[in-house]
Amino acid sequence: MGEELDKVYNVELKPGAGENYVCHLTKPEFAEKMANKMPTEPLPDDQMVEVALKRLDQLRKERKSLQLYLDICVRCGACVKQCHYFLGTGDPKNTPVGRAELLRKVYRAHFTISGKLFGSLVGAQKLTPEVLKNEWYKYFYQCSECRRCSVFCPYGIDQAEITMAGREVLNSVGLATKYITQVISQVYKHGNNLGIPEAAFKANCEFLEEEIKELTGVDVKIPVNKEKAEILYLPPSADLFTNTDTMMGVAKVFHAVGADWTMSTYASEAANFGLFFSYDDIKAINLRVVEVAKKIGAKLVIFGECGHAWRAARQYMEAMNGPLPFKFMNILEYTAEMIRQGKLKLDKSRNDDVIVTMHDPCNMARAGDLVEEGRFIIKSVCNNFVDMDPNAIKEKTFCCGGGGGLLTEEIMELRMKGGLPRATAVKEVVKSHNVNYLAAPCAIDKAQLPLVMEHYEIPVQVGGIHDLVGKALILEGQEEFEAEQAAKAEAEAAAAEGPSVCGLCDAEFATMEECCEHAEKEHKISKAQCDMACEPKK
Amino acid sequence: MGVLANFVVNVLPYITFIVFVVGVIYRIAVWWSRPSPIPIAVFPGQRSVGSAIVRVLSDVIFFRSLLQFKGNQILWLGAWLFHISFGLILLRHLRYFLGAEAVPGWVAAVQGIGIAAALVISIPLLYLLLRRIVHADIKWISTPADYFVLLLILSVVLSGLYAKYFARPFVVDVKYVIRSLMALKPVDLSTVTLNTAFLVHFFLVQVLAMYIPFSKVMHFGGIFFSPTRTHHFGGEAHTKQLEEA
Ligand code: HEM
Ligand code: SF4
Ligand code: SF4
Repeated sequence: MGEELDKVYNVELKPGAGENYVCHLTKPEFAEKMANKMPTEPLPDDQMVEVALKRLDQLRKERKSLQLYLDICVRCGACVKQCHYFLGTGDPKNTPVGRAELLRKVYRAHFTISGKLFGSLVGAQKLTPEVLKNEWYKYFYQCSECRRCSVFCPYGIDQAEITMAGREVLNSVGLATKYITQVISQVYKHGNNLGIPEAAFKANCEFLEEEIKELTGVDVKIPVNKEKAEILYLPPSADLFTNTDTMMGVAKVFHAVGADWTMSTYASEAANFGLFFSYDDIKAINLRVVEVAKKIGAKLVIFGECGHAWRAARQYMEAMNGPLPFKFMNILEYTAEMIRQGKLKLDKSRNDDVIVTMHDPCNMARAGDLVEEGRFIIKSVCNNFVDMDPNAIKEKTFCCGGGGGLLTEEIMELRMKGGLPRATAVKEVVKSHNVNYLAAPCAIDKAQLPLVMEHYEIPVQVGGIHDLVGKALILEGQEEFEAEQAAKAEAEAAAAEGPSVCGLCDAEFATMEECCEHAEKEHKISKAQCDMACEPKK
Repeated sequence: MGVLANFVVNVLPYITFIVFVVGVIYRIAVWWSRPSPIPIAVFPGQRSVGSAIVRVLSDVIFFRSLLQFKGNQILWLGAWLFHISFGLILLRHLRYFLGAEAVPGWVAAVQGIGIAAALVISIPLLYLLLRRIVHADIKWISTPADYFVLLLILSVVLSGLYAKYFARPFVVDVKYVIRSLMALKPVDLSTVTLNTAFLVHFFLVQVLAMYIPFSKVMHFGGIFFSPTRTHHFGGEAHTKQLEEA
């Protein structure tokens, strides 16, 4: 293992390679909805610099992380090869330090003595509208805020902190992306990222209930908007449309342990795109969750399989919206605990068709302290699990390439390039261990990784962890149902073998086969349509 | 050389001292005072104050983070050798500052290894310089200031070695100069034998000291404030919460 991944690090330097990846600008109808008040259109050039500098000055005074990380980088380059966008594009402005310098050089020129005195000798450069539009707007939207760089930096410098600040400065002059602002405005309107209205949300839950019933014979409820409940569950809304197996797996777990749970259409989304946009919006989106939890008297809020949702909760919720009158956890922690307590009846062999590896979502691993639970669950529900190269998992996990608000069509090429290290690590275990299932407990991963795997021609299925749990989990009454189904099917098969009657002329035959031949010859009914004439004898 | 020497020995050191001390305290005070309300620890690693301290110290002493990636191992070696040598050289210089007559025993004890460090330090320094020229990506991210500080330290080292092995000023006289400065007493230059090599070395050291507060070298203080390392955000508390729930 590791050789292919090692090759990924031999990057040829291609300055300017990232110039062409530019996200669409926001529109007034989205910009005006943001909690972080911003101009709805880019400011005229002659106002931009002043407003931006004022905002930067404010931010560095409000955030120790920003101030410190602007000051102490020694440009040693230890972080250079840790960014998947650099490994993919070769553009030095996509190295963590190169990206940070875009902001630092402005900071030095305007806010430090050495920068004012010595200018470019100490790497200082005055801010211009071009720097904002051509450098910041492009390259701060080529960072997925994955924080991988910070693991390797001798001082723990976290480029995501600089990206987040850079984006807030950009907001202040009216430069924001359409994708992120549209998603956030949908949350404010419908309670979820996809903009699913209440009726459709409920209809989908009912549909999934029927689906589970059909498969297991058990009435598993997927409750929405219950007035009181112990547990408030927040799925990534994509789980109700595209990743339905994850949603059904979660519902089955809740059913199996007899939990009193509900989802809410006011806050029907775990994800928090505020992280990619502004502190104000992180707080406003979290607030919806807190309000609902209070209203229904939830004692426990559980976040679904979504990486940055977990970061927004784990690191920001208490600090921004606290004190919280409830406890909160991730569904991975919940299910792992239920397994430990022996509350779930699991049949691992039902997952014998898959050989699983796990992609750690950046925000779960590095920002959420959640690396063991996922593995524990997978090993409890599957017989075949193998980890990727140690340099590509857990706190060193590589981003899928679509995080940080970059999951948008117009920069698809960048997304594929950013997916290169992850894809390569997967490819290694596909080759060495025949892995065919990539477990990725995150909605962004589930949207991005299938495209990446296709792009690099790696034959794996991408799915959630609860998809596997759902398959292995045996509900009460399910086995009886399955036995019944099996008996029925067997009876049908047996009947098909036994004596049969031709419905058109009442002739009797020893087998179905003979009857069909008769029907073809006598009644001109082809064998494929034999059931129009023949049926088993009662 | 009278006026210039007088300036370097009798005037500049006080300016250097004030710039260095005030500058360093100011920079640290800024970091200290900045609020940091959001716990942004980079997991996994620290789940309590204790483990956060361990993590920071392992970065300070062993440069642990540089060991997280194979490709950074040579950098680790170079950087670590450079810093440890730098530290030992500083310790060795204490003999000029401490003890009116004889130096304390432990200062005497580090003399040998201090000299070894002085002989060795040029190697990692040259490596750190070379990698900024040889590797295209490191070259791209380097600014003139990055070369400047390495060259400055290199010239401090070389002028010091030259003074020690070739120009050979009287150790007693050097100590007398330093002790006088510490006592805020002017040095009468006519009573001591100081040569140009020593004066150059002494001057460059002061330039370095004055440069530090304005530069990236302040990382030595900043590392203790880095929120991704110092925050711990009670992983233990979270786990306990879950057990209750
Ligand atoms: C808390 C203790 C310190 C730690 C953990 C630390 C760590 C580091 C690391 C990891 C580097 C990167 C290596 C490199 O850039 O090549 C570095 C560079 C540097 N350090 Fe320190 N350092 C510390 C204290 C100091 C002190 C006290 C000085 C004194 C002058 C210093 C001077 C430098 C210089 C000049 C560089 C730049 C080397 C270059 O540009 O390549 N450091 N430090
Ligand atoms: S590893 Fe840290 S100190 Fe080194 S260049 Fe990157 S951000 Fe700067
Ligand atoms: S946070 Fe991730 S995407 Fe951003 S610079 Fe660091 S490694 Fe690259």
